[in-house]
Amino acid sequence: MLTLGALLFSIGIYGVLARRNAVLVLMSIELMLNAVNINLIAFGAWFQDKAAVGQIFALFVIAVAAAEVGIGLAIVLMIFRNRETINLDEVDLLKW
Amino acid sequence: MVATLAAAAEAVTKTASWPTNHAWLIPVLPFAAFFVIMFFGKRLPRGGSQVGILTALVAFGLSIAVLVGDYVGGGGPVVEKSLHWFPYGRDLGLGLGMKIDGLTAVMFVVVTLVSLMVQIYSTAYMHGDRRYTWYYAALSLFTGSMLNLVIASNLLQLLIGWELVGICSYLLIGHWWEEKENSNAAIKAFITTKTGDVPFLIGIFVLFAAAKTFNITAITHLVEQGKISHLTLTAAAILLFGGAIGKSAQFPLHVWLPDAMAGPTPVSALIHAATMVTAGVFLVARIFPVFEASREALNVVALIGAFTMLMAALLAMVQDDVKRVLAYSTVSQLAYMMAALGVHAGNAAIFHLFTHAFFKALLFLGAGSLIHAVHSNNMSDMGGLKKHMPTTYATFVIGSLALAGIPPLAGFWSKDEILTEAYRAGTAGVAHGTPVVGFIVYGAGIVTAFLTAFYMSRAVHLTFEGEYRGKAHPHESPPPMTTPLVILAALSCVAGFAGIPGWQKGFGSWVAVGGETHVPSASVPLILISIGVAVGGILVGRRLYAPAPARDPLERLGFFYRVLQRKFYIDDFYMAAIVHPVRDGVSRAMYWVNQNVIDGLVNGAAGGAKATAKGLYVVDQKVIDGAVNGAGIGTRRGGGLLKYLQGGDVQRYAAYLFAGVLVFAFLFTRFG
Repeated sequence: MLTLGALLFSIGIYGVLARRNAVLVLMSIELMLNAVNINLIAFGAWFQDKAAVGQIFALFVIAVAAAEVGIGLAIVLMIFRNRETINLDEVDLLKW
Repeated sequence: MVATLAAAAEAVTKTASWPTNHAWLIPVLPFAAFFVIMFFGKRLPRGGSQVGILTALVAFGLSIAVLVGDYVGGGGPVVEKSLHWFPYGRDLGLGLGMKIDGLTAVMFVVVTLVSLMVQIYSTAYMHGDRRYTWYYAALSLFTGSMLNLVIASNLLQLLIGWELVGICSYLLIGHWWEEKENSNAAIKAFITTKTGDVPFLIGIFVLFAAAKTFNITAITHLVEQGKISHLTLTAAAILLFGGAIGKSAQFPLHVWLPDAMAGPTPVSALIHAATMVTAGVFLVARIFPVFEASREALNVVALIGAFTMLMAALLAMVQDDVKRVLAYSTVSQLAYMMAALGVHAGNAAIFHLFTHAFFKALLFLGAGSLIHAVHSNNMSDMGGLKKHMPTTYATFVIGSLALAGIPPLAGFWSKDEILTEAYRAGTAGVAHGTPVVGFIVYGAGIVTAFLTAFYMSRAVHLTFEGEYRGKAHPHESPPPMTTPLVILAALSCVAGFAGIPGWQKGFGSWVAVGGETHVPSASVPLILISIGVAVGGILVGRRLYAPAPARDPLERLGFFYRVLQRKFYIDDFYMAAIVHPVRDGVSRAMYWVNQNVIDGLVNGAAGGAKATAKGLYVVDQKVIDGAVNGAGIGTRRGGGLLKYLQGGDVQRYAAYLFAGVLVFAFLFTRFG
């Protein structure tokens, strides 16, 4: 289980750092968050967590992830409308 | 015997009514008015005067409710409440309290009534004044402070009120400060009363050291139980009396009151006739057990009173300024009250305070009406005003007769009670009293009564009879001025019946100064003597002044007249012995210090500053400028390099972030 989580997380990091497409970056972030969820569940099972803290936290993370994706997609949509692109290399307005 | 005790017990348990329990409202209202007038007065349609009058009216209504509801008829409750204001030291606190008894209730009525009358009167008298709003603010502040003095349940609170009324007196005497004479009079009044306040303050501390409390009730209890030594009490009483001498203008600190007439006349009526100057009498009555416990202290009070009443009455005879006649008369009448306290007649003293407030305020307001009409303070510019100002004439004559002690007007009853008590102290003697002192007071009182009748007769004849000698066109004053005159004149007629001799539930039982409720019966021979001297004084005055003499007949007294004109040389003596040595000596010493020490210091400081400045210039140019420029250049270069980190590429930021996480993860696993 932990291996699966680590694998998913690495794929997510790769996606975030290497992909140019903003939507794919967002999807990669989702992958990383779910990797964390898997880890939480895994550790919960490992420590025989009676209070189910791991599971509860996983539920929180899912909720936060949903909100985050909503905002993220909205930002991407606005960027596309304004600049006709979602290539992150071209979105460098915050340059010095 | 049992029946009287039961009756007494029943009387004491009379419960306090609503106004008495909430009497703190009475001083709070004028204080509130003061702030409202100060901040908003100029924007209000009548300059804020209506705020002052309205609060004075409400306070007066409450005072009447307190007095009539609980204290008329005697046996009123003593209500004492206090708030803990702020602590100092370990277990000491300054309380903000109220102590309501008959004495307080009577003072409430006097202060609020006169304040109300004066404020109504001032709407016309001060109309169009430069500082009209400020004048009303100061009047409200004064009223509040005086009521605070009266209501105070501890000596420190009383002291606060005491000093506040002093300040208000100073401010109002110097109301027209543009004229040097007025501001000098204000300063003189302030410093002279302060001279008395120093022993007053020490006296409070002496009492505190002995009693370990500032609370008046607690102190008087301790005194009555004999817990404080006789010597301490004598010292404390005489020191406290020092404050009373200053505030109530007794010899040797009486010199400020005649000069205080520089203020507006309504102010003289309120502060320098009816209320503030009676604070000294009130103080002695308030802590009367302290004085009663010491025969020596009471004798000092009585003798100072006896001396002052004679001296001031003599001085009042030769004044030309009508307000100064009244001022010396006030000193003399206050001395009557002091002397009464000195012969154990506290109730008579407060009774005289009560009646005197009405007719003296009336006389001052009448004098103000005269001054308003002829634009001069001097009686030599008046004369024949009877036909021009009928209301002022009628009320002024009533006030004069009341002051002279003609029955059945107010002054007769109170003055006669004082004389009777003094005579009794002289003959029968009272517990702890000294008989000879009683006789001295009685003798001085009789002579003063004659002189009082004489100088008031003189004043009335010089102002109202004969031919008009001034240049202005006299006219009767407007209704806002004459109405208070009529009200006060009516009160001057009837106020005396509150303490009619033989009425067991009369004035004495209301105030019960020092727990004394006994009402003396009058003796017919004494009454006849005092009426005789009063009528005699008036007739002598009539004989001398009715023919409208060109020169004052008193000038024929020669040397004695000159002594009186110079006010017994007391002012000259103070000028030569105290003011000049102190002021000139101090100014000479200050000049020397100024030339040598301060100039040296200033020059030295300037030279030092110059040298330091030169040194600093170099440091400034090289070090500080260098540092400033260096910081600028360094920041610019650093920024130039660092800006490449902010590439605007989100993914590179994310890479830095993960790199940082890795570094921390490594550090935590290795060293955490």
